[in-house]
Amino acid sequence: MRKLNFLATVLFTTLLFVSCSKDDDSTPEPVNEEEVITTLTATLVPAGQGTSITLKSQDLDGDGPNAPVITVSGNLSAGVIYNGTIELLNEMESPAEDITEEIEEEDLDHQFFYTIGGGLDVTTSYENNDSEGNPLGTEFTLVAGAASSGALTFTLRHEPTKPNTGLDDAGGETDISVTFNLTVE
Amino acid sequence: MRINVLVLLLLSNLQALSQNCGFTLSGILTDLHDGSVLEGATLIVAGSELTFVTDFEGKFTISNLCNQTYSIQVSHPFCLTKGFRVRISGDTFKSFKLEHHLEELNEITVDGKITSKESKTLQENTILKEELERFSSGTLGDALNSLSGVSSLNTGNTIVKPMINGLHSSRVVIINNGVRMEDQEWGAEHAPNIDVNAINRLTLIKGAGALQYSGDAMGGVVVVESAKIPVKDSLYGKTLFASNSNGRGSLITSKLTKSYASGWYASLQGTFKRFGDSEAPDYVLSNTGVNQQNISVKVGLNRFDYGMNFYYSFFKNQIGILRASHLGSAQDLYRAIKSDIPLLINDFTYDLSAPKQDVGHQLARMIAYKRFGFGKLSFQYDYQRNERLEFDIRRGSDRGKASLDLQLDTHTVLLDLDTNLSDNVDLKTGLMGSYQNNYAPNTGVRRLIPDYKKYDFGIYVVSDYQLDSNWLFEAGARFDYTYMDVYKFYRTSFWELRNYDDDFSNLVVEKLVNQVLARPQFNYYNGSTTLGATYDFGGDYKLFLNYSIASRTPNPSELFSEGLHHSAARIEYGDLKFNSEVGHKLSLTLERINEKFSFSLNPFINTISDFILIEPVGINNSIRGTFPVWEYRQTNAQLLGMDFNASYVFSEELRFDHLSSMVKGYDRLQDEPLINIPAINTKNELVYFNPKIKNLRLALQSEYVFRQNEYPDTNFEIYIPQTETRELVDVSSPPNAYHLLNFNSSIDFDFSEKSSLSLGFGITNLFNTSYRNYLNRLRFYANDLGRNLLLNIKFNY
Repeated sequence: MRKLNFLATVLFTTLLFVSCSKDDDSTPEPVNEEEVITTLTATLVPAGQGTSITLKSQDLDGDGPNAPVITVSGNLSAGVIYNGTIELLNEMESPAEDITEEIEEEDLDHQFFYTIGGGLDVTTSYENNDSEGNPLGTEFTLVAGAASSGALTFTLRHEPTKPNTGLDDAGGETDISVTFNLTVE
Repeated sequence: MRINVLVLLLLSNLQALSQNCGFTLSGILTDLHDGSVLEGATLIVAGSELTFVTDFEGKFTISNLCNQTYSIQVSHPFCLTKGFRVRISGDTFKSFKLEHHLEELNEITVDGKITSKESKTLQENTILKEELERFSSGTLGDALNSLSGVSSLNTGNTIVKPMINGLHSSRVVIINNGVRMEDQEWGAEHAPNIDVNAINRLTLIKGAGALQYSGDAMGGVVVVESAKIPVKDSLYGKTLFASNSNGRGSLITSKLTKSYASGWYASLQGTFKRFGDSEAPDYVLSNTGVNQQNISVKVGLNRFDYGMNFYYSFFKNQIGILRASHLGSAQDLYRAIKSDIPLLINDFTYDLSAPKQDVGHQLARMIAYKRFGFGKLSFQYDYQRNERLEFDIRRGSDRGKASLDLQLDTHTVLLDLDTNLSDNVDLKTGLMGSYQNNYAPNTGVRRLIPDYKKYDFGIYVVSDYQLDSNWLFEAGARFDYTYMDVYKFYRTSFWELRNYDDDFSNLVVEKLVNQVLARPQFNYYNGSTTLGATYDFGGDYKLFLNYSIASRTPNPSELFSEGLHHSAARIEYGDLKFNSEVGHKLSLTLERINEKFSFSLNPFINTISDFILIEPVGINNSIRGTFPVWEYRQTNAQLLGMDFNASYVFSEELRFDHLSSMVKGYDRLQDEPLINIPAINTKNELVYFNPKIKNLRLALQSEYVFRQNEYPDTNFEIYIPQTETRELVDVSSPPNAYHLLNFNSSIDFDFSEKSSLSLGFGITNLFNTSYRNYLNRLRFYANDLGRNLLLNIKFNY
């Protein structure tokens, strides 16, 4: 009787083991990353006459090994006021997903910062705010000063301290950090 | 002198037929179950008046025996009396085994000196229940940390991974009630899923010698056991409540056991633990709370010649990860390292928010054993399901959704035979088969660990030979075969960068727009061996010598990692080309066990070829900014070190304990130190214990951790737009040395014969010292824990 019990246990567990190891050869579904930002496009439209300038950083493999491709369509003209808009896309998804909308929906949790460096003579100011009146910055104004060249960096922070006086006390996490080399002529 | 005796013996043998009756039979009496020595057992030589009692080490000596076969009856208060037939030829050594009917009722643990059981030629360190209860509010890793040679790789104070002689994760095998834990232990931030309150005994084997469990434990094996249950009619239980000031958390754990003289028993245990944010000396460590539950059930039949039991446990752990450690890029890491305080400090809360982990681990085991004439045969089937959810800070509709979702199912069958080939030769042999399936649903974040199926088959044989009362030899071998069948999506850019399109083009199943679906099917054949000897000097000294070769199959994260590890803000790359790593460990232990002064000295050298390690190799620019890239690579590594334990007994009430360990790790190919090697540390403790004053115990412990001065330089430079400068991100410099003082006390009150109450009070980090530990992954962001006041109330009934 006891031996029988023992054997039954062995048999039962073996069956359990075998029945669980049935092979199913289905392939997993691919993951298309939903929150990745692959592309930032800043469009600078002159307030008066002149040509629009497009600044674009495109990183189609997201955080894969390839570096982003950065293009600047032309030089800024001295003394011109530009109306700037920022568009963010996830081009890993097809069709491309507009991330700007998401950022604007979660405006309290986001803020763009514009950092000017290397002697570039431009000034920037925020043109849109979050629902509490603090800057959001997907829209901005850029005033080109005298002829010069240098870097303009766009930084998007997630969950920054608001209000703040700039990147140094904003905290939060960096969602985007893109530097363009510009020339004013 | 010995020669004289020999000559005498020879001469006496020459006198042919005349009986010589001057021989002695010496030996040791141990428990059949756990090898603990049995003290106070009576041996009666049949047909004579000779009676002997075993001493506190279970040893006995019967003299004036003749060269003939004797019947010896061995009896012990808690054991079944058993008769043995012994043939005496000259001075004979013989070890006897009795089945000890455990007397663990009402928390009286049989306090015997435990002889080696898992591996006979590697020194074992054991933590028993009384000691474990002091860690009831902590983790398994915290308890192990109290042993020499063990440190831990931490993520905050709640994710504590044991590290043995400098090795961790997949190189440390944890056996929970006979089941090898399969809980995605490969990840550095994956803690063992075991409730420290469900454990009755913890054994550490520093090396791969315990081949019956695995052949890949380069670092060592941790054996976790629940309490043994006595064969008698009884009902008993225990409830422990603990409260902590730091984290403002409490814990309640309870256990109830019912047993019958027929051998049947049932035991139920449960733990509920809730902690809020922990605190460093100067600030709250935001989002570091814990919410943990555990339940375990054990039902079984325990008879001498056969038995079986069923064990089930469900462990659930929700752990908050320091909010300030969640980064967006290397620029954020630079800011975090520059800042003295965490970048984000909120008010204290019990709530957990992202980043956090939510882990569930279920384990079911069935074991049946029967003793036959040739030995004890046991069969085991176990099933484990590990579910891991990791939540990162996400945006949009994905907010609140896990980034990482893994479900790991493992089935294992084991067949083991334990047999005595002769009086002096024990043989253990067995077979293992296991099937594992990892499933990662789509979370909208690329899978860190791919879907895979894994099949393992193992066979082992370990034998030991007791030559005489001094020498014991042990030898063993194990073979493991692993087959992995994996489906993995690679980024096309990575697939091409690594040249996989040339090397592994045969693995491609499907090419998508920017991803490649590959199906690696790998086979690994691993052999491992152990060879050792133990020499008992007869007095207080004992020497253990062991040489083990261990082989380990690369784990899924080492092979397949490819992409951003969000919570760590680093890109991790594995390598499909890895082969098994092979370690050779030579370990020597000199042990002195004495009433006054005891010590053990354990130097070791571990040489590992194709050692897999991960370290920063550079940076990767993306639109999100810069990320450090951490790559796995194989190299030849060597770890050498020494563990030292000592204790000195001043008087019956006062003792002093010392522990220190040192380990050095080198990459022999690149000729540089290995990353994440624990610094030299030393613990000294003064313990006052007085059984006359209600078991009053007062202990003051000092812990000093040196600065790690040997580390590889893995710093990198990044560009900071605000300052237009390139800055060095110092990720390699270890933090300074630190010293902590801890106090612990307890007192027992007996209510009746069957119930008692213990009160405990302790303080850790007495002086509220601010410090950071090199092996804490959160050391870049925040200080370690500040002072903690701890109160324990335990009720036995």
